[in-house]
Amino acid sequence: MSFISVKNIWQEYGDQVVLERLNLNIREGEFCTLVGASGCGKSTFLRLLLGQERPSRGEILLDGQPLAGEPDASRGIVFQRYSVFPHLSVLDNVALGLELPRTPLLGRLFGSAKREAREQAAETLKRVGLGHALDKYATQLSGGMQQRLAIAQALVMKPRVLLLDEPFGALDPGIRKDMHALLLELWRETNLTVFMVTHDLSEGFSLGTRLLVFDKVRVDPHAPNAYGARVTYDIPLNSDRRAARAAVDALPAHIGAGLQSAL
Amino acid sequence: MRLINRHPDRAGRPLLVLLPFALLLFAYFSGSAARLADNPNDKLLPSATQMVAAVDRLAFTPDKRSGDYLFWKDTGASLARLGMGIGIAALVGLGLGIAAGSLPLLGAPLSPLLTVLSMVPPLAILPILFIVFGLGELAKVMLIVLGITPVLARDLEQRAREIPVELLIKAQTLGANTWTLILRVVLPQLLPRLLIALRLVLGSAWLFLIAAEAIAATDGLGYRIFLVRRYMAMDVILPYVLWITLLAWLMDLGLRQLTRLAFPWYEGAKA
Repeated sequence: MSFISVKNIWQEYGDQVVLERLNLNIREGEFCTLVGASGCGKSTFLRLLLGQERPSRGEILLDGQPLAGEPDASRGIVFQRYSVFPHLSVLDNVALGLELPRTPLLGRLFGSAKREAREQAAETLKRVGLGHALDKYATQLSGGMQQRLAIAQALVMKPRVLLLDEPFGALDPGIRKDMHALLLELWRETNLTVFMVTHDLSEGFSLGTRLLVFDKVRVDPHAPNAYGARVTYDIPLNSDRRAARAAVDALPAHIGAGLQSAL
Repeated sequence: MRLINRHPDRAGRPLLVLLPFALLLFAYFSGSAARLADNPNDKLLPSATQMVAAVDRLAFTPDKRSGDYLFWKDTGASLARLGMGIGIAALVGLGLGIAAGSLPLLGAPLSPLLTVLSMVPPLAILPILFIVFGLGELAKVMLIVLGITPVLARDLEQRAREIPVELLIKAQTLGANTWTLILRVVLPQLLPRLLIALRLVLGSAWLFLIAAEAIAATDGLGYRIFLVRRYMAMDVILPYVLWITLLAWLMDLGLRQLTRLAFPWYEGAKA
C-alpha cells in the first residue's frame, strides 16, 4: 500500500494546461527528487502536495485519505527564499512551531511550557548545526544558515512529508555540499518522505532514491500551452539506501525504531 | 570632477547643514532691524527681544485673568488632542489594515471603501463633526482620527500584502490558525511599519489639529495663534510656530528612535 498516491491529476490555469494525467505511487520514506525544464510543472506539483493549490482534476491520497486542501502541520516546507521569520530570533523561529499548535488563542506559551519548547527547539537547532546562533535574528544568518534554520523549523514539527522547493538554489557549491550531507543524515534518522524540486541534475541523482523527470509528452508548436507535463522518467536510484530503509521497515516496529538512527 | 561625484567632507557637512538655517535667520533679522529702524512700533517682523518678551509673558508669567501659564496650558491641550487622535487612528488603522491586507474575504469589501474614504477631504466634513460631536474635545480628536486613519489603514494594508506568501504558508505548516498567524507573524512585522507610517502622517495630524483649534476651542496652540492674529501679534505667533515645529520634529525623532530600539530586526530584514 503506497503512502502517497497521485491519481490522474490535471492542473490547468485558464486554458493553460500545466500538468496532465499525472499518476504516481510513493512509498513512505522515499526521497523523490523532481527535475525538469523551467515551467514544466514540478513546482506546481509541489504546491499541490503542500495544499497551497488544489488540482483541477484528480486527487491526491495521503495514507488513503484525501490530502487536506490547505497547508498544515503534516507537511513541512522549505522554500528557496523567505522561509524564516525576520522578526524572531533563531531559537524562536523554531520554538514557534511548538507554541502555535498548542495555543490556538494566544499563539505563545508561558512559564515552564515555554522553557521546555525552547529547550526542544535548541536541541533541534544543534542537530542542524545552528547551536551557536540561537539568539541571533534570522536575517543575521548567511543564506546557507537560513536554510538550515528553515529545515530545523520543519523538522521540529515531526512531519511525515518534507517538501523542498529548490532549497539550495541560491547557495554556493561548497555550502550546498554541506547541506546535502545534512539533509541525507536527517533523512536517514527520520522516516521522512521527501520531495525536492531541483534544477541541479547531479543533486537530483545523488540525493534521491527516486528521480522524477517532468516533461511534456505532446507539444503543439502553435499552442504551446495546450498540453501539460507528465512524469516522463521515473528512475530508482541509490539502491543501497533504498534497500537499507526497506530492511528497517520490514523489522518489527520496536527493533526498527532503535535501528533507525544507527543507519 | 563631475558634480555628482563630489561629496561634502567631514568638516564641511555640518557647515552645509547649518548654512540654510543661518541664511534664513540672517534674512529675517536684517529685515526686522530695517523695519524697526523705520518705525519702532512695527508689528510685522518683531525683533528677538520682542519675541523673548512675548514668550516670557505667556510661558513664565501667570495670566492676569485666569492665573494659568497660557503657553504650557496650550501645549498640554494640543498634545493631549494630538496624542489621543494619533493613538486612536493608529489602533483603528492597524486593525483595518491587517483585516484588509491579510484576509481576502474582508479585503474585498474594505479595500475599495478605504480608498474612497481616504479621498474625502477631512476639513470639508469638519462642520459635520461639530454638528454631530458638538464643539467639545471629541470633534477635534475625531477630525484627526478621520483625517489620518484611512491613510494609515491603506498603507498598512499594502504592507500586509507585501509580506511574502512563503512566510504565511510556513506559519500554517507550523500549526498556526488564522488568528495566531496574524498575532505572531503579521502583527509583529507590521508594527515597525506602523511607526514609519505614523511619522509620515504626523504633518497631516498637526494640520487637522490646528485647523480644528482655530475654529472652535478655548485653548491650544492653534487657538492662541488664531486669537492673537487679531492684534497682529507676530511676536507671539512666530515663537508658537517655532515651538510647534520643534514638537513635531521631536515626535518624528522619537518615533524613529523607537523603531530602532523596539524593532532592531527591521533594518536587517529590509536588505
